[in-house]
Amino acid sequence: MKTPALNEMKLSFPSSSANESFARAAVSAFAAQLDPTVDELSDIRTAVSEAVTNCIVHAYRDTIGEVTLLVRLFEGRRLVIQVKDRGCGIEDVEKAMEPLYTTGGEERAGLGFAVMESFMNRLHVTSRPGRGTTVTMEKRLSGRCAHGC
Amino acid sequence: MAVQLQMKQGELIAFLDGEIDHHCARELREEIDSAASRTQPRVLTLDFSGVQFMDSSGVGLIMGRYRLVSEWGGEICVANLPRRLERLVSLAGIRDLCTIIRSKEEEQ
Repeated sequence: MKTPALNEMKLSFPSSSANESFARAAVSAFAAQLDPTVDELSDIRTAVSEAVTNCIVHAYRDTIGEVTLLVRLFEGRRLVIQVKDRGCGIEDVEKAMEPLYTTGGEERAGLGFAVMESFMNRLHVTSRPGRGTTVTMEKRLSGRCAHGC
Repeated sequence: MAVQLQMKQGELIAFLDGEIDHHCARELREEIDSAASRTQPRVLTLDFSGVQFMDSSGVGLIMGRYRLVSEWGGEICVANLPRRLERLVSLAGIRDLCTIIRSKEEEQ
């Protein structure tokens, strides 16, 4: 049986690059109820920025499509963030996750997945070419929040 | 996001400010590259003291500028890098490509 989330939010927006800052601000506002440390919040914001940028730069490379964020809060101060697109998908997820590997051109460092992996506690990527990609990442926050959750 | 450029004895300093992501990196890149290509500085310093947030687009910005100044044998200096951005920058291994000067206020 699935554990129900204590709280959740869902958000969708077009894959325009102006929404990169909006996405990380929205997730950061939702995470605020856990009273995260400055470093934890910075890690979350950076990871969300990477995942959303991937949708914009890769999934919907020559088009604008819908990006969906699902952020859930679970028992034990676990924040689970899902970033989903219905874009081109990734042929070889393992290859795409290698640090410094990029198909994004000279100005992309090829670090998106490496950053998500290093800044979050867990990262899971599923993708189907032509159908889209779902990135799920989890951050376990230290301490306790005001609600005792 | 904004950038202020200053030329001083063969060194071009770009003071970066605000948040660096994929959305604003393009404009920054164009401003810095246009000044750098014109002046061909011996050292291009990217000053991060005013940067509140940065993702890997900022790392791409450093790597791209490294490639540019290499064309005329120039060097890159990353100055006043806030402590919270160090982990991101070290992920790319760009410590080998440029000089990194940590933020003064955070050294203690």
